[in-house]
Amino acid sequence: MHAESQIRIPLILGDKTYRNITDDIIAPIEGKANRLWYILFTISALAFMWGIGCLSYTIGVGIGAWGSNNGVDWAWDITNFVWWIGIGHAGTLISAVLLLFRQKWRMAINRSAEAMTIFAVLCAAIFVTLHTGRPWLDYWLFPLPNQFGSLWPNFNSPLLWDVFAVSTYATVSIVFWYIGLIPDFAMIRDRVVKPKMKKAYALLSFGWGGNVRHWSRFEEVSLVLAGLSTPLVFSVHSIVSFDFATSVVPGWHTTIFPPYFVSGAVFSGFAMVLTLMLIVRKVYKLESYITVQHVEYMNIVIIVTGSIVGVAYLTELFVAWYSGVEWEQYAFLNRATGPMWWSYAAMMTCNVISPQLFWFKKLRTNLAFTFVLSIVVNIGMWFERFVIIVPTLCRTYLPSTWNTYSPSFIDVGIFVGTIGMFFTLFLLYSRTFPVIAQAELKSILKASGEAQKKAAAQHAH
Amino acid sequence: MATKQIIHGIFGDEVPLLEACTKLRAAGIRIKDVFTPFPVHGIDPIVGVPRTRIAICAFIYGITGLSLATLMMWYMMVSDWPNDIGGKPNWNYYSNVPAFIPITFEATVFCAAHGMSLTYLLRCWLVPGAKAKNPDPRTTDDKFMIYLELNDEQSKKADDILRATGAEEVNYKGMITIEPKY
Repeated sequence: MHAESQIRIPLILGDKTYRNITDDIIAPIEGKANRLWYILFTISALAFMWGIGCLSYTIGVGIGAWGSNNGVDWAWDITNFVWWIGIGHAGTLISAVLLLFRQKWRMAINRSAEAMTIFAVLCAAIFVTLHTGRPWLDYWLFPLPNQFGSLWPNFNSPLLWDVFAVSTYATVSIVFWYIGLIPDFAMIRDRVVKPKMKKAYALLSFGWGGNVRHWSRFEEVSLVLAGLSTPLVFSVHSIVSFDFATSVVPGWHTTIFPPYFVSGAVFSGFAMVLTLMLIVRKVYKLESYITVQHVEYMNIVIIVTGSIVGVAYLTELFVAWYSGVEWEQYAFLNRATGPMWWSYAAMMTCNVISPQLFWFKKLRTNLAFTFVLSIVVNIGMWFERFVIIVPTLCRTYLPSTWNTYSPSFIDVGIFVGTIGMFFTLFLLYSRTFPVIAQAELKSILKASGEAQKKAAAQHAH
Repeated sequence: MATKQIIHGIFGDEVPLLEACTKLRAAGIRIKDVFTPFPVHGIDPIVGVPRTRIAICAFIYGITGLSLATLMMWYMMVSDWPNDIGGKPNWNYYSNVPAFIPITFEATVFCAAHGMSLTYLLRCWLVPGAKAKNPDPRTTDDKFMIYLELNDEQSKKADDILRATGAEEVNYKGMITIEPKY
């Protein structure tokens, strides 16, 4: 057993035993949903339905239904794609990078963060499959010779790299998540009494027994998957940024994009994890496991990544000036002071100024404030992608092609629909899946539990 | 033909469990298996489980993925239909390799991760519809179990050790017939 310093704040509050952890994790699955759950589910499902309607309309009439036009051919769809994919990154970061760094606090949040990753990537996938215009021909993205001969997809194109990166990311995340879920499903299987539930969880748990060899392999697989996912998560958002950075559009053609996109992704992802976790801990009474300490740790990640993003914004401005390239300088002048200055102002306020408030301990341990700010951060990060894409494309090299943009009803509908889908899936997940990796949590109870720590301290004196 | 007694030693925590395992091994008793609700660190050498070689598999799958991706891109972009994109012709592989690195990397990770996961699931026989492998359902909740298959003389010794180290229960689960190997 691993001993832990008394100075460290306990990660599991209250006098908990292994059995208590089992009971607390299984409560939302065995119990009935409360009214709040039904209200949230209805709202999300309605939004989702609206989204499906707008999506079907787009498939029926084509992407002319969107606000995108001849100059601004990438707009809300790609903004939303990058936003969702970015949100997904925190899940992998929590489960993979924090595992490699042996951060035990990840154990209370990694399961839900990974679920969030998968749902966010699904939302992102809707936009990329749809923006091709004729989604029924999307199999052309795969390395198949086209029907006119044997011309292959262009492997020199970052757009094709993106296909490989996002599909690898999505499938590896699902596998990583599921392998971690197997022991917890087995716990539910051995615990529930209703025959139908027992059968369902027996099927999901793949016959897990928890013997020495299986645990030993489980730990090795988790470690290696974490080691593989860590460079993977960095590569995915780097490649997303290559979609922009390898073009010759002023304001996009910069080498700062990959690190700036990755840190922005982690920033928005952690904000989304906070939004979800603050609700989950309240609704399912998991305050003993997702503590204020956890929230504070996540807020610290938000300060760090938010500051990196802030520095990146300023660096972009400096480099635009220092490069002496007039196109580049104008691109930034246009973003900040052009007709869409309000989006730039929203981005700067939400992403650069607001996270700095977390330097105050009082604020970063205040749950209500954190909840509001986590939403502000995600609004800011949506505007960041909007600023990069839309104002830039409105005014490119040739002034005679200068254009403006406003989203259509359908654009907004699909976006709201993906938010609805995300929350619908998350709400269903939270009532059927173990929302906390209970097996892992039990392994740190003796070292990091509050009561156990106190007992050890008394024993020492 | 030999008959052996099946014994379940149930513990409430990992510390007495490890102690019991150590003492059983010292007494020359073979521990058939141990079932725990979470991975107990340091138990593998005590029970006599060698380090898993699954990471080596992952490496081999990764190398396979890397080779497949290289072969695919060489065939499609260089051999079968070379293109001249933006004045950068694909006449050979090495001068285009920077553009191929991202997909080579993704394919490596893809094959390593999925190959290893599949190996893990099959090697542990974790498949949909498989029967639960833990003989006592409490071992996924809060109990730790040592599973023994012993002859009468060893059973007595094991029973003493299990009780002395703080087993909450020692359950005799009937006899098992071991067929001799010819």
